[in-house]
Amino acid sequence: MTARTRFCGGLLRISRALRTVALSLVTGCVFSVHASFGAVHGDNDTSHSSGHGTHTKTHNTTYPATRAFPVLTVNYDHVRKPFEISLWILLASLMKLGFHYIPRVSSVVPESCVLIVVGLLVGGLIRLLGETLPVLDTQLFFLCLLPPIILDAGYFLPTRPFTENLGTILVFAVVGTVWNSFFIGVVLYGVCQIEGEQLAAVDLLACLLFGSIASAVDPVAVLAVFEEIHINELLHILVFGESLLNDAVTVVLYHLFEEFASEGQVTVVDACLGMVCFFVVAFGGILVGTVFGLVAAVTSRFTAHSRVIEPLFVFLYSYMAYLSAEVFHLSGIMALIACGVVMRPYVEANISHKSYTTVKNVLKMWSSVSETLIFIFLGVSTVAGPHSWNWAFVIITIFLCLISRVMGVVGLTFIINKFRMVKLTGKDQFIVAYGGLRGAIAFSLAFLLPSDHFPMKNMFLTAIITLIFFTVFVQGMTIRPLVDLLAVKKKKQTKFTINEEIHSQFINHMLSGIENVCGHYGHHHWRDKLSRFNKYYVKKWLIAGERSQEPQLISFYNKLELKQALLVAESGSAANIGPGLSSASQRLSQKQRTVMKNISKEREEEIRKILRANLQKTRQRLHSYNRHTLVLEEEDEWSTVQLRRQRVELEKRVRLKNKTHYTTLTLYYTHLYHTPTHYTSRTHYTTHTIILHTL
Amino acid sequence: GTYGIAQTVRELSVISHSQITRLYSRFHSLDKGENGALSREDFQRIPELAINPLGDRIINAFFPEGEDQVNFRGFMRTLAHFRPVEDNEKNKDPNSGEPLNSRNNKLLFAFRLYDLDRDDKISRDELLQVLRMMVGVNISDEQLGSIADRTIQEADTNGDMSISFSEFIKVLEKVDVEQKMSIRFLH
Repeated sequence: MTARTRFCGGLLRISRALRTVALSLVTGCVFSVHASFGAVHGDNDTSHSSGHGTHTKTHNTTYPATRAFPVLTVNYDHVRKPFEISLWILLASLMKLGFHYIPRVSSVVPESCVLIVVGLLVGGLIRLLGETLPVLDTQLFFLCLLPPIILDAGYFLPTRPFTENLGTILVFAVVGTVWNSFFIGVVLYGVCQIEGEQLAAVDLLACLLFGSIASAVDPVAVLAVFEEIHINELLHILVFGESLLNDAVTVVLYHLFEEFASEGQVTVVDACLGMVCFFVVAFGGILVGTVFGLVAAVTSRFTAHSRVIEPLFVFLYSYMAYLSAEVFHLSGIMALIACGVVMRPYVEANISHKSYTTVKNVLKMWSSVSETLIFIFLGVSTVAGPHSWNWAFVIITIFLCLISRVMGVVGLTFIINKFRMVKLTGKDQFIVAYGGLRGAIAFSLAFLLPSDHFPMKNMFLTAIITLIFFTVFVQGMTIRPLVDLLAVKKKKQTKFTINEEIHSQFINHMLSGIENVCGHYGHHHWRDKLSRFNKYYVKKWLIAGERSQEPQLISFYNKLELKQALLVAESGSAANIGPGLSSASQRLSQKQRTVMKNISKEREEEIRKILRANLQKTRQRLHSYNRHTLVLEEEDEWSTVQLRRQRVELEKRVRLKNKTHYTTLTLYYTHLYHTPTHYTSRTHYTTHTIILHTL
Repeated sequence: GTYGIAQTVRELSVISHSQITRLYSRFHSLDKGENGALSREDFQRIPELAINPLGDRIINAFFPEGEDQVNFRGFMRTLAHFRPVEDNEKNKDPNSGEPLNSRNNKLLFAFRLYDLDRDDKISRDELLQVLRMMVGVNISDEQLGSIADRTIQEADTNGDMSISFSEFIKVLEKVDVEQKMSIRFLH
């Protein structure tokens, strides 16, 4: 009986989800079809006129003067472009929503696969209707879709594991990518020559260029897949770091081979210049990013009076860093990463808590939408693009990519392990090799090829698309069961504890001391030097006010206390339902009780002082929101008065009954937390229930 | 005595010959008095150690109880704690006990730097001292006190308002001590 109802319920859910999906698909397609129809009409119209002024003129001349005033007119043409863009973004977002309503699918298939399939369907639909398909325009991709994802990755890059494994990551990114390119290029050339027929026209340089495009591990695809498998920190940072840093190599190799392929011949000097170019591209990108990051940090120092536009600076400076690097053909990705990493500690110390939340949420939102759009467009472009299928070429490409990746990873790990303290095991190597997914960057680079120099461009494109599909679908889908099968260590759930922070810092100091005794300039020595330089010289310029003197431990502790107060306030307000203090205190979770029971009066005062100092800053800043808040001022005061009154009442009752102080604490926290934002209903409710239950 | 020497030789035999040579030359360069042993002044002459907040405690860790001189054996013995942990070592000789660079012994070394009076627990005062050294002079005593209280409260499981060694190990179980407390130099 229950099984049947469950089955029916599941069926209902699935049909509902499918209906939403289908509806959104149809809506999207119908609109885009209409849009293109409108475009056709619009084109005809624009030949007569251009703009509103002349439009009315033609109306006056073509139509008789007795024509009635048009109450409702349709002018789709002038909103066409933004309308279509919004529609595509809406489609992407609806897909993301619908994805989670199909439970079985979302646990087996990674999101990227579903999105590509959706793209294929949409592309097929549009083609059936006979319209022109939008292709993943390289300009659009590199300037609009890629930067948010990279910025999100760079801004939230876990710097500690990244710097600890930087050597390994660089070796994989640089040496690994170069090895992949040359191996794939050379062997492919050999195979082409052996195969003969149409493949013989492909010369060595074209093959090498193809190799460089096909060898780059793609950060978007890696992020999309690895985010869902929650693998341990080390492996995640290795694969992800490699995918970010190999951009410099890819840029250099691509331009190098493109240049040589059009020239026709390579000299030794050119090869050397190529190597110099690599260093210029990489370090130039990093330099540009660092400069913009520092400027952003300085700017954020002065934003105390206009907190509203703080997030905008973060985004603008980072985007400008990316664009500036692209102007000089430097590595834009590395510039973006460097900007985010440099900017973050100083900006976070300067901007308000709300701006920080805004930055975080906007970045996540943007990068999520971008990623979805990229995969959908990849599917659509597959349906669209001119294809030239060649069995041998495609099969050999996929085969070679796998082989060269495995050989590269195993060979490099053998060398790297001699220098690492924590060696990479076979399991680690397998995951690193298997996680080398290709994605939209490879597609865009292949699309960018000029077809006059490269007559076999379509063949290349088809092969790249097949490679991308293979890695994303086959490797992406199977990596999760393989991770479980091989029992690879998963990400540890990190709780921020003050103990870990204090003892970690303690150990760091201890290790620097020991390194000094040994006379060894190791990791800890340089990290110590950098943090001392940062403390004495840099922080003064980049962090506003007295926060610049604050030691890291104190800011960490303050953040922790703030988090805990919010936690208590949130669950405290939920627990304040029901008669009597004792039953409510029973309903509090064990953790909170252990936290609360040990608080003596002095400590409570202590915590209150610290909280007041921190939270009051937030409240003070809020008073500068004059443009956007309507009546917050007087309402603020009302609630303060109200709460103070109620608190006095409460404290009287509490003292009488000789109970613990936790209610006052909760009430105080609730007040501080809820007042600025969730003010009306919540505070009313909490104060009333608190009064009620103490009666 | 002889047991100590045999023990040390066994412990140190795992260090490679080149490492021993390098450490000996470093020992020699620190030993200004040329008497085959280091005194506290020799350590204090190292420039970066003077600005290290834990400088004095680290220096003390080299000297055994109540002595003022440390010879090369003692120097090596202390530094052996910071060798990277290797998997194949664990199965080498079960009778010789835990090697000095095992995770437990590394943590014990760190614990001893906190616990100056050697009563096998970190009291609130000892914690306060360490916090004061790490944080500098700008922070008030009350604030440091609340941090110390919170730290002890988080770690303390048996309610004695201090952190014992087993509690210390427990709070650091998620921290990658093997990597954090190893120096590649001593590989």
